[in-house]
Amino acid sequence: MDMNVTPHPALDDAVNRALLQAVEGGLPLALRPYAVVGEQLGIAENEVIARLYNLQEQGIIKRMGVVVRHRVLGYRANAMVVWDVADAEVAATGCCLGAVPFVTLCYRRPRRLPDWPYNLFTMIHGQDRAQVLARVDHLVNRCDMQDIAHQVLFSPRCFKQRGARYTTLDTRMETSP
Amino acid sequence: MNTPLNAQSPQLTLTEQRLLDEFQHGFPLEPRPYARIAQQLGVSETAVLDSLQRLQAAGAVSRVGPVLQPNRIGVSTLAALAVPSDRLDAVATLVSEYPEVNHNYQREHDYNLWFVVTAPNRERLAAVLDDIGRRSGLPVLDLPMLEDYFIDLGFRLQWT
Repeated sequence: MDMNVTPHPALDDAVNRALLQAVEGGLPLALRPYAVVGEQLGIAENEVIARLYNLQEQGIIKRMGVVVRHRVLGYRANAMVVWDVADAEVAATGCCLGAVPFVTLCYRRPRRLPDWPYNLFTMIHGQDRAQVLARVDHLVNRCDMQDIAHQVLFSPRCFKQRGARYTTLDTRMETSP
Repeated sequence: MNTPLNAQSPQLTLTEQRLLDEFQHGFPLEPRPYARIAQQLGVSETAVLDSLQRLQAAGAVSRVGPVLQPNRIGVSTLAALAVPSDRLDAVATLVSEYPEVNHNYQREHDYNLWFVVTAPNRERLAAVLDDIGRRSGLPVLDLPMLEDYFIDLGFRLQWT
């Protein structure tokens, strides 16, 4: 996937931008949520539906549905597992890891030597630490990573978690105290 | 928004478990989506709406709606700081204050504070990282996504 960001043509459309802004915090829990959104934007219910469908087809919306908070549901252990994979191997390894059902994110990121040698990042949730560590072992075996340096960064605390707000942010710097 | 590890999980009915499990993707794009979900779960439309309201109030559901593909509409990065332990709470608060920061976690590592920054454009993203570095007095590790190997179908819950 290309990192050089050129805004998607679908986002040149002011109505699409307003629509994403209206729904990125969540759809209304109402009998006809798309009608409510349409009313806010001055467009018809079926147009809201059609535009959301297209935004999904174009890959701007990755999925639509219930967004859960793992911790509250009993998945108390979450670890970011970082791997130092040879550049030639990273895509194959990434695809192997990304296909495992309990892996919830799998990204390649740059190394920052000498401080940071790891280039492949996976997120693993589990009900406790032991389960997460067992899952890491499972990944090592499944994707043949016995010789690959890795670290498991458990998270004892979440300070902030919410959906990304790409469209509602003002481009000015917020007041910094 | 501290979420302590001993938070009590809300008690879920079987229908609520299925609601969370089966509707993280493929949310119906039709005039009455909750009625369609209700039909599939064999309950009433109001029961679905009531459950979602309850789960949202209990914090188990953050929202119902779209998850956007990173870097399509704006830019984002994963950043980390190595914060001396006696300053961790203060620096975490400073970082969380930015509306551009949507995730902010303590992690067990020398780099002990990890956060995701999203912005409409690169200039703004760089300005936020610079500002955080300047105000915290700590060098910021900036790790933008280069490739995504994961197909997001939501989070597979296992009820035990």
